[in-house]
Amino acid sequence: MASERTNAMRPGGVVLPGDMARPRTGGWRTGVKPAVDFTLCVDCLLCWIHCPDTAVQQKQGVFQGFDYDLCKGCEVCSEVCPTQAIKMVAESTALDERGGLLPEGGRRDG
Amino acid sequence: MARTTLGQEVLTGGEATAHAMRQIRPDVVPVYPITPQTPIIQAFSRFVADGQVDTVLLQVESEHSAMSAAVGAALSGGRTMTATASQGLALMVEVIYIAAGLRAPIVMAVGNRALSAPINIHGDHSDGMLARDSGAVQIYAQDAQEAYDLMVMAPRVAEHPAVLLPVLVGQDGFSVTHSAENVSLLRDEDVQDFVGPYEIPYPLLGGRPSSQGLFAMPDAYYDIRVRQIQALEAAEQVFADVARAYALRFGRHLGAVESYRMDGAERAIVLIGSTAGTAKDAVDALRDKGEKVGLVVLRLFRPFPHAAIAEALAGVQRVAVLDRAAAPGTFPPLYADIRAGYHGPAELRSYVYGLGGRDTAPQDIARVYEELERPQTAPIRYLGLAGEDQHGEP
Amino acid sequence: MASLKELALREEQQPRFSGGHSLCAGCGIPTIVRTVLDSIPGPVVVVNATGCLEVATTRYPFTAWGVPWLHVAFENAAATASGVEAAFRALSQRGRLGGERVTIVVFAGDGGTYDIGLQSLSGALERGHRFLYVCYDNEAYMNTGIQRSGATPFAASTTTSPVGSVGRGKAEVRKDLTAIVVAHHIPYAAQASTSHWQDLSVKVERAVAQEGPSFLNVLSTCPPGWGHDARDGARLARLAVESRYWPLFEVVDGHYRLTHYPAHPMALVEWLEMQKRFAHLRGIDSVALEAEIEREIGSQWQDLERRTAESKAWFEERESESV
Repeated sequence: MASERTNAMRPGGVVLPGDMARPRTGGWRTGVKPAVDFTLCVDCLLCWIHCPDTAVQQKQGVFQGFDYDLCKGCEVCSEVCPTQAIKMVAESTALDERGGLLPEGGRRDG
Repeated sequence: MARTTLGQEVLTGGEATAHAMRQIRPDVVPVYPITPQTPIIQAFSRFVADGQVDTVLLQVESEHSAMSAAVGAALSGGRTMTATASQGLALMVEVIYIAAGLRAPIVMAVGNRALSAPINIHGDHSDGMLARDSGAVQIYAQDAQEAYDLMVMAPRVAEHPAVLLPVLVGQDGFSVTHSAENVSLLRDEDVQDFVGPYEIPYPLLGGRPSSQGLFAMPDAYYDIRVRQIQALEAAEQVFADVARAYALRFGRHLGAVESYRMDGAERAIVLIGSTAGTAKDAVDALRDKGEKVGLVVLRLFRPFPHAAIAEALAGVQRVAVLDRAAAPGTFPPLYADIRAGYHGPAELRSYVYGLGGRDTAPQDIARVYEELERPQTAPIRYLGLAGEDQHGEP
Repeated sequence: MASLKELALREEQQPRFSGGHSLCAGCGIPTIVRTVLDSIPGPVVVVNATGCLEVATTRYPFTAWGVPWLHVAFENAAATASGVEAAFRALSQRGRLGGERVTIVVFAGDGGTYDIGLQSLSGALERGHRFLYVCYDNEAYMNTGIQRSGATPFAASTTTSPVGSVGRGKAEVRKDLTAIVVAHHIPYAAQASTSHWQDLSVKVERAVAQEGPSFLNVLSTCPPGWGHDARDGARLARLAVESRYWPLFEVVDGHYRLTHYPAHPMALVEWLEMQKRFAHLRGIDSVALEAEIEREIGSQWQDLERRTAESKAWFEERESESV
């Protein structure tokens, strides 16, 4: 008879969303990560649509920062940003909770 | 559009199969033509064109696409059936494996026909044998009546929650697909009631979102596969249960194995398919002369009913296993399967016959029983080769 | 026409495709998938051919897909989708579904579309199934290691058309798949690019509104396959369009219309120079090859301009009718 693990699998290897925690592809980064200057961000959302890893977070059309657990460090976001609000910084750089640069980055209200 | 059918009609195996499909009322039927399955799809197309069944019928552009569309439809939540033979089955075999792996309960009629090369349109079992490890259930009919009955039984086997696998229902090319006989058809509503509604655990339409057909690495593939193998093994009991339910309701019992005049038989033949009819005549003639011979006809080939075969062969001394397919370089499929699971005292001998539709006459069967009384002359005996012992001539 | 904010709101409401997959950093495919899925109103079912997208997004037991998703094999996505569509019709007719339209979307790469998948695509188009087929065209069999396909452009270096002392990259011109699809007389076909997300989004809306098959051929940049830095993907896709290498157009009931005219057409050499797969064209003997590519691009563009001019009246009449 097969193991408990085998029997727990759904027939055909069917999987439902959320069966497994999302892999942390942020581990792919090799030394740089994106950071944002909120004074320059205009919520155009181009970074949002171009990010291959859905690592750009937005809420109701307002840019919220990056999900560093997903970001692979491809830098496309900083390339497409029309206002150069996104800069690539060293991995160890301290940022605020939304990936905002400190201290010149400033904070967005609300 | 209920058409009440009661009593007998003169139908070929192909037409009877099409009637079974009409009465089952599948949601989707994707088909591609190939001899000798064409009578099935032509008859079914006519049923659709005449408004006798409202199945969505797809005339696809290859057999590979027929089985692919069938997988898409079956996993979407639609009862799906199709039909093929020979080269068509060979072309779709990639997808039959996948259908089994994805647990798609598709029912497919196969007009068993030889595989090229040479190209040949007549009956043998090589096409079914090509798919024997695909993970699909395989059942074989002896005649048009069985082709009909097994088709009606098939959805309940395929769709059983413990199984959820494709079911291939074979009938010999031309000798069954194109030969007319009296077939007793059930009433439309009885077939509908017997098969019941189609339900699968994760339909792509109308169910919650699921992902099917994932990429499985070594840490997962093996386990998913073994689950699937267990499902095929479960089909043996499910088939027996469905056969019993069918017999109780409709009076015909089509079990995994049929024993014909096996009481006290010392010599037996085991085979699959329409040659059973010829063999039964030969057995009757020999029994009339007092010879202790019998016949075992296998209907369920996958999963292989080892225990039922062993039981059927109890008390037999010598057995000729007649394969209508070869496995070049080794022993043919039916013989090899029996041999692998049989631990009884009888001597088993391998015969190959009837490839490419070569006819087998009662004298040929009688010759086999006669040879069983003498020592074995070859590891595999090719019955009916031209110039040799065709039709019992030296 | 949805704004980027509207697409973002839809994705926020229902994330149909998530991160955590193992597509390359800078891959162009996810932008295509998200733009397509977020541009379709109502429920969808996705059929995915074997390839980069399928393998990287569904490594058991992870799935990046929040919508019903099916993968069967490499060459049969269109046939599989035909079955899903037939089931949708059958179940709808028999009253077993809610009544809401479910859009069936195929995602397949160029390998699974131009080559091994061409027959099944052709059959599905001929039968007139209502579904959207999206080919993410990165111009080679990328998932298996960058082998040439029927979509690989002339002179491109791939692992099976490498540059050596004898070989000079792919010796054949690529198939014009969009033309092959148009020859099936389907209601809608178009070319699009990740660089022009709104053009793509509008085309998706038009496509899924058709009562029949629709087809989108979308260029997808590929850092390892094309030999460019991951960060340059979006810019490279834009260059493809602006250099007229990859024209953006649509074909509605057989009538052609260019949907984007490069304001300042870029020289083709800029497009070629950004990719290592064309690096050998900088050699001495490359001038003739480059000229051939330019000629090819130029004549393709002129052909599209001519056809657009021919269909102008047809589109204008149609637009005035719908006002």
